[in-house]
Amino acid sequence: MVVLDTEPRTAAPPGTARRPRTPVSWVRGGGLTTLLFFLPLLLSFGMFSWWPIVRSLVLSLQQTNFIVTEWVGLDNFQRVLADPLLGTAVWNTTVFTLIALVIGFPVPLLLAVFVAELRRTRALASVLVYLPVVIPPVVAVLLWKTFYRPDEAGLFNTVLGWAGLGPYEWLNSGAMVIPAIVVQATWASFGTAVIIYLAALMTIRTELYESAEIDGAGVVRRFWHVTLPQLRGILLIMLLLQLIGTFQVFTEPYIMTDGGPENRSLTLLLLIYRYAFVSGDFGRATALSLLLALALGVLSAVYLWATRRWSTS
Amino acid sequence: MTTTGVRALDTERSILSGMDRRVPRVRVAVTVVGALIVLALGVACAGPLFWLFKAATSTSSETLADPFGFWPSGIHWENLTEAWTSVRFGTYLLNTLIVCAGTWFFGLLIALTGGYGIAILRPAYARVVSAAVLATLFIPGVISLVALYLTVIDLPVLNVNLLNTFWGVWLPAATNAFNVLLVSRFLQSIPPALFDAARIDGAGAVRIFWSLVLPLSRPIIGVVSLLTVIGAYKDFLWPLLVLPDPDLQPISVALPRIESSTDLGVFMAALLISVVLPVLLFLGFQRQFLRAAGSAGAIKE
Repeated sequence: MVVLDTEPRTAAPPGTARRPRTPVSWVRGGGLTTLLFFLPLLLSFGMFSWWPIVRSLVLSLQQTNFIVTEWVGLDNFQRVLADPLLGTAVWNTTVFTLIALVIGFPVPLLLAVFVAELRRTRALASVLVYLPVVIPPVVAVLLWKTFYRPDEAGLFNTVLGWAGLGPYEWLNSGAMVIPAIVVQATWASFGTAVIIYLAALMTIRTELYESAEIDGAGVVRRFWHVTLPQLRGILLIMLLLQLIGTFQVFTEPYIMTDGGPENRSLTLLLLIYRYAFVSGDFGRATALSLLLALALGVLSAVYLWATRRWSTS
Repeated sequence: MTTTGVRALDTERSILSGMDRRVPRVRVAVTVVGALIVLALGVACAGPLFWLFKAATSTSSETLADPFGFWPSGIHWENLTEAWTSVRFGTYLLNTLIVCAGTWFFGLLIALTGGYGIAILRPAYARVVSAAVLATLFIPGVISLVALYLTVIDLPVLNVNLLNTFWGVWLPAATNAFNVLLVSRFLQSIPPALFDAARIDGAGAVRIFWSLVLPLSRPIIGVVSLLTVIGAYKDFLWPLLVLPDPDLQPISVALPRIESSTDLGVFMAALLISVVLPVLLFLGFQRQFLRAAGSAGAIKE
C-alpha cells in the first residue's frame, strides 16, 4: 500500500524550534510562504474533493428543489430500495462485472507473459496493445456501435455471415447486450493491464528462474511456481481495481444503449444518472451513490482481509 | 564472449533462458507464437482504426453495402472537409484542446506546489493534508458525483455558477490525488542534502522551488502532463454534465449528440479526426506513454 513518508528528514532551520511561536516569527520563519505553496492544493481539494464528499452525506438525508431544502431522514434510501429498477441494475452490473472478470482478467496476464518472451517484436507488440487505450472512450464506443449494427452492414454480422450465421441483434438483444458491451469495454482497456504486468514481469529476479531451471522445472512449472507467485501482489490489486472500476461502468452502456433494450443493460451508474439528471431527484441519486460506495468499500475491505490471510498462510 | 556479455544475456532472460532459446524446436515455437501474437494484436488493436480510416474515406452507401470493400469508387477525402465544416467539428476540437490545456495547467500547478509542500517543506500540517489527499484515492468517485455537480453550479462562499464555463471542467479535473502522489513520491526520492545545501546558501522556499525543484522534476512533469492531457481528452461524463451549451462542448460530448443526425461517412470522418491527435501523440512518445502506464502500476502496488 502507498504510505507517504512525512517524517522530517532534515533538521528544522536553526532558531525556529525553541522560540515561542508568534504570528510574526511564523511569517519570518517561512510559514506563510509554505502555506501559500499549499494553497492551490487546499483550495481545489477543499472545494472539489473533500467538501463534495461531506456534502454527499448531508444531501442523502435531504430533499431539495433549489428553493426549499428539507430534511427527510432516511426517506431517500427507502425510495431507492423500493425502486423495482434497483434489482435490475444490481443484477446487470453484477453480470457485467463477472463477465468482464472472466474475459478481462486472464487475457492481459497471459498476453503479457507471452509478450515478455518476445525479443525483436516486443516493442511492436507493446505499442499495438496500448493503441486502443489512447483512443478516447467515446470514439471507441461509437465505432464499436457501428460494428454491432444489427443489419447485414454490421462488421460482426458480415464476418459471421461468411460462415452462414446471423444476422444477430447484438445491442438490441436482451441476452447479448451485456456481453457485447463487455467485449468492447475489455478491448478498450486491456492494454493498460498488459503494460502494467509487463513492467512487473521485468522486475522478477532472474535467479529465481535459474534455480527453478536447475531444479528441473519446465516452462509451465516455471510460470506456475515463479512467475505467478512473483506477480501475486500486483495481480491482487489489479483485480480489486478492476472490480471497483467495472461496478462504476457508465460511458459504454450510456452511449451504446442508454440502458436498453427494456433496461437489460441498465447499470447502477446509469440509474444514478437518471435519478439526478433526468428526474432531478438529487437526494435519491446521492442515496444510491452512497449505497454503491458503501458496497464497494465493504467489498474492498473483505477482499483485502481475505487475500492478506491467504498470502500469509 | 566476455563476462559482461554473459551477464547481459542473463538479465535479459525471462521464463525461457538463453540456453532454451538455442534449442531449434524452442526457437521455432517462440517465433511462430510471437508472429501469431503480433498478427492477432494487429488485427484486433490496429484493425478497427484501419477500418475507421477506410469508412471515413468511403461513401456511406459503399460502407453499408460492403463493410470490407476497399474504396470501390476511390478515396473520398471530402467526408473529412464535410465533417470539419458542416458539423462544426473544428469548434468541438478547439473546445477539447482548451479543456486539455486548462486541465494540464491547473493539474500541474496543484500537483507541483502541493507535492513540494508535502515532500520538501513539511510543515506540521503536511501529514494531515497528505493523508486527506491519499484518502480520496480510496473513495470511489461515484460517491461525490452528484454533490460535486451541485457544488460546481453554486460554489460555496463565492456563490459562482461554473455551469457552461471551462472552469467547471478544469478545476475538478485538475484536483487529482494521483498526480499529487506521483510528484511528492518523486521529490522524496531526491537526496535531501541537495535542498539543505541550497538552504545553507540562503535560498528561500520560492527560490528552491523555482531553480531546483522544477528543473529536477522534468521527468515527473512529463509523466503527469501525459496522464493529465490524455485524461482530459478522454473525459466524457463530467463535461457532459457541466457543458450543456453545444458551442462549448468538447468532441467527446458532441459526438454522441450528432451521431443520429449525421451521414455515416461524415460521422466516421469525425471519429477519425478525433483519434488522429491522441494516436500521433502516442506514436511520437511511445516510450514515455508506456513508462507512465507502467509506473502507474508500480504505484498501485
